[in-house]
Amino acid sequence: MKKIFKYVITDILRNKTVLAYTVFLLAISFSLFSLEDNATKGLLSLLNIILIIVPLVSIIFSTIYVYNSSEFIELLVSQPLKRKTIWLSLFAGLSSSLCIAFFIGAGIPVLIYEPTVTGFMMISVGLLLSIIFVAIAMLATVITRDKAKGIGVGILLWLYFSLLFDGLVLFILFQFADYPLEKIMIGISALNPIDLGRILILLKMDISALMGYTGAVFRDFFGTHAGLITAFVTLIIWAGVPAWLSLRKFNRKDL
Amino acid sequence: MKIFITILALLSLLSSGHASTIRVGKNLPFKTITEALQKAKEYDTILVEEGLYHEKNLIIDKSITLKGIHHPVLDGEHKYQIISIKANNVTVDGFTLQYSAVSSITDYAGIKIYNAHNVSILNNVLTDTFFGIYSQYGTNCLIQNNKLTAHNTQEQQSGNGIHCWKSDSMRIIGNTVTGHRDGIYFEFVTNSIIWRNQSYKNLRYGLHFMFSHNDAYIANVFEHNGSGVSVMFSHGVKMFHNLFKENWGDAAYGILLKEISDSYIEGNYFERNTSGIFMEGASRITMLKNTFRNNGWGLKIQASCLDITLKNNNFIGNTFDVGTNGSLVLNTFVNNFWDKYEGYDLNKDKIGDVPYRPVSMYSMVVEKNPPSMILFRSFFTSLMDKSEKVIPSLTPENLKDDHPLMKPLPL
Repeated sequence: MKKIFKYVITDILRNKTVLAYTVFLLAISFSLFSLEDNATKGLLSLLNIILIIVPLVSIIFSTIYVYNSSEFIELLVSQPLKRKTIWLSLFAGLSSSLCIAFFIGAGIPVLIYEPTVTGFMMISVGLLLSIIFVAIAMLATVITRDKAKGIGVGILLWLYFSLLFDGLVLFILFQFADYPLEKIMIGISALNPIDLGRILILLKMDISALMGYTGAVFRDFFGTHAGLITAFVTLIIWAGVPAWLSLRKFNRKDL
Repeated sequence: MKIFITILALLSLLSSGHASTIRVGKNLPFKTITEALQKAKEYDTILVEEGLYHEKNLIIDKSITLKGIHHPVLDGEHKYQIISIKANNVTVDGFTLQYSAVSSITDYAGIKIYNAHNVSILNNVLTDTFFGIYSQYGTNCLIQNNKLTAHNTQEQQSGNGIHCWKSDSMRIIGNTVTGHRDGIYFEFVTNSIIWRNQSYKNLRYGLHFMFSHNDAYIANVFEHNGSGVSVMFSHGVKMFHNLFKENWGDAAYGILLKEISDSYIEGNYFERNTSGIFMEGASRITMLKNTFRNNGWGLKIQASCLDITLKNNNFIGNTFDVGTNGSLVLNTFVNNFWDKYEGYDLNKDKIGDVPYRPVSMYSMVVEKNPPSMILFRSFFTSLMDKSEKVIPSLTPENLKDDHPLMKPLPL
């Protein structure tokens, strides 16, 4: 496992895409922090980057990478190796290299300019989102055999999580405006890792706007240790379940 | 101290002609203030030495000066109102009052003024009184440098700090009120001034103001109150240089203005409130040189408002600058600074060349449907805001600042 993992990592690092991603994140974070006069505002702008760019890059890059290494995977499968080991080391290699890229690109500037609880929350949410979208990408690739179709599914999934889901939520909110939906919204937010991550960061950031009734309900839940742990466990489930599903699928797949 | 007392006594002699000074204390002929009061004539001074006094309800019905030396303690034993003033020209100075009765039928107070004029209440410390200082039909009274503290947690069990009802020409200066229901309460009070008070951590409002015309409140601090400050059904109110800070909650506002007209709001500072100002049914109000910083909503202005002029205000770091509930706009926004302004200034006159629309689409959505706060700062809502900026449809067309400033005003 270690050997495959090492091979995947060196292969990805040799690939210039991840390097470019790192440099891009680094440039954006430093320029945002130095452009805005106060660091909190820089953090806020960075929030949008993290919630849009990180999932997009993670999902697209992983899909393409898995498809491109299909011959390598076939070769490995012909060796006396467990399929589980192959798939998991691929997953570990992809997610750790994207996490490293995110940590260097966005984590280090945040730690330099804003080493607060909010900053740490942002870094951990960014890292978790990277892993979650690698897992989702692997599920998408294992389901579809065709490369173009697989990438299309990846983009659609990203679009769903970052845009369509929120539209649906707004639609539901207006359809059921007569009912108290605050508590239900906490449950609904768990259905989208991007939303969950955003709420976690925001509750640490601008509290005064969220202090209305809705904000108070969220704070009562996510502000407590139990709520915070629940939220993080949910995020880990979001990474774990797609990875596990894709593994099951891969185990039975006729390559 | 002795010299001071002699001078004071001499002065009172001079002014009234034949007034005298009566001393009350443990080792003196008069052991209680009640006895001394019976003996006292008009314009006498009663000096009270240090100690604990159980006077039951002390009724002052003569024009006297009641002065405490080193804050003697008057105890209401949770059964009585502590001081009742029923004469004109009374001064109560330098006492500590504690534990008045609490009732849901009678408004017991630490010091209550009944239908009197020229009463001065100075330098007292009131602890755990039901109502603190209560003026009923008071005229031209001075309430200065008192410190009122209560420790209640329920609104029903708690009275107001400084409560004025049907009074006129009151001066409320430099008091500190905390832990009461409303810090300062005005109802049917006219021509009065509230100056340099501090009102914080009260259960309901820091300042509660109703049917009180032509009053001014200047340089006060209202902080951490349950619902901020509420000014209702009044005209001719002047609010200058106050600080409204950290009033958090769905129904908490820096100031709630309801049915206010012909008033001025100038040089105030609103910081970290859920809503800086909430206006409903307000008309002919001029707002100049206020600063709104880091609030959830800087200003919530309902469509029922008319002729509100906002000029030279700073809006910095608010989540939403302005919120409203309709498309009718009869107010003027001009020459304000908005930190979210993205326009340009070609002729370098420090005034932006394109108008700024402070109401975002998303703030309209939240106004209609509060739970949609869950989508706050999501990609979806920022996309919504951007497209609305290009083609306004839901946000009020006329709510805009045609000449926004490029740089914040030094306030």
